[in-house]
Amino acid sequence: MGLFASYVVAVVGAVIALLLVLLSRFDPSAFQALRQGAAEIFAPVARGSGNVTGSVGSMDDNVTAYLRAGSQNLELRRALDKARSELLEARALRQENRELKALLKIGEDNSEAVAVTRLLGSTGSSARRYATLDAGRNRGIESGMPLRAPEGLIGRVLDVGPSVSRVLLLSDVATVVPVRRSRDGLPALASGRGDGNLDIRALNVGINDFERGDIFVTSGTGGLYQPNIPVAIIVATQSDGAIARPLAHPARVSAVLVERAFRDSADVKALPPAEGEQPRDN
Amino acid sequence: MARGVSFARPSTLRMRVTPIAAVMFASALPAMLPMIATFPILPPLGLLLFVAWRRLRSDLWPAWIGLPLGLWDDLFSGQPVGSAMALWTIIVLFFEAVEYRMLFQDQWIDWLLSAVAIALAIFGGVFLLSLTGVSVSYAVVLPQFGWSVLAYPLVARLVAMLDRWRLRK
Repeated sequence: MGLFASYVVAVVGAVIALLLVLLSRFDPSAFQALRQGAAEIFAPVARGSGNVTGSVGSMDDNVTAYLRAGSQNLELRRALDKARSELLEARALRQENRELKALLKIGEDNSEAVAVTRLLGSTGSSARRYATLDAGRNRGIESGMPLRAPEGLIGRVLDVGPSVSRVLLLSDVATVVPVRRSRDGLPALASGRGDGNLDIRALNVGINDFERGDIFVTSGTGGLYQPNIPVAIIVATQSDGAIARPLAHPARVSAVLVERAFRDSADVKALPPAEGEQPRDN
Repeated sequence: MARGVSFARPSTLRMRVTPIAAVMFASALPAMLPMIATFPILPPLGLLLFVAWRRLRSDLWPAWIGLPLGLWDDLFSGQPVGSAMALWTIIVLFFEAVEYRMLFQDQWIDWLLSAVAIALAIFGGVFLLSLTGVSVSYAVVLPQFGWSVLAYPLVARLVAMLDRWRLRK
């Protein structure tokens, strides 16, 4: 190929590539099969290297814990005293909750896990945050299923392949999770900032009494996430909301739970429609 | 016996495949490592190797090489498909436009040109994301840009080593 021809190919190719980028605006799942295939090919390598270097993610935590042993001890003792009294309170509330739920005929546990598995890795350099999940159609994973760890929400399943799936992490800029403040139920929206933290914005305009240390849990609105999954803790307040740190760090959790999307669980459908709301016919 | 006397050439396969395989391996590395980053901290290794090879051997590849290699990188980077295809090609065209105007070259100019290329790729990547309707602050990728520029001389060393092995008989 001549020199000139190769320039023509390069320029035309670059223009087509830009059109491909625009295409993914209108069809975000374009080239899903290609990416899925790529993830599938390298999954065995990731599985192997994951077994070797399992605990690298938490090394920095261990070191800082040693350095801060003295002050941490005091802090923890104080926190423990507080937790003890709150535990007693919580026990009473749980009992009350159980009775009220029985009255409403809501099942105690509608958060049945589809699969317990682990994350294999994440995308490298892009500002988007996707991770690869070590389970796919072979384990009954479906697109849209939420992912959580004991500490809190991790993200949700985007594309499903034969044995691995792509996951949109909580910190991705396209993530929006309806949340509520755990202490008073103030509704808010959590959205990824792209830098690992979340933006919290109150749904009611004008209300901005966020404080550092406020904890947010999923509210169940929107039907994707089960209610009461811990999401994030506020680390800084802003004029129009707050910045929060996700409670579950995907690199530090050893196992993740894939749950059914909230709306799909049978118990919710059995709920009587609220007053004024038309019953949905399926 | 002095080197260079023999007329035997290294195998063409090794000569042609090594640079491409190295870039492709670096692009796919995040899919092989058990690392989960909640923000873009990892330098774009595929891009760094691509720039280093192109700077070391400007006649190695045709101008359109960014299209296939960029497509491969897009499959692993999380960017929309087409992003690295376009940006890597723009980088090659940028090098083609600038290099022959240079009166002299040294490692500082090499570093500077590569830093411009890395900036094109990283900030251009954020811009292309905004075209897909996802707005990320440019500040988010600033640390990544810093790491990448700092890591470039190391990658260039690595590529020079690979190049010596590639051309060894």
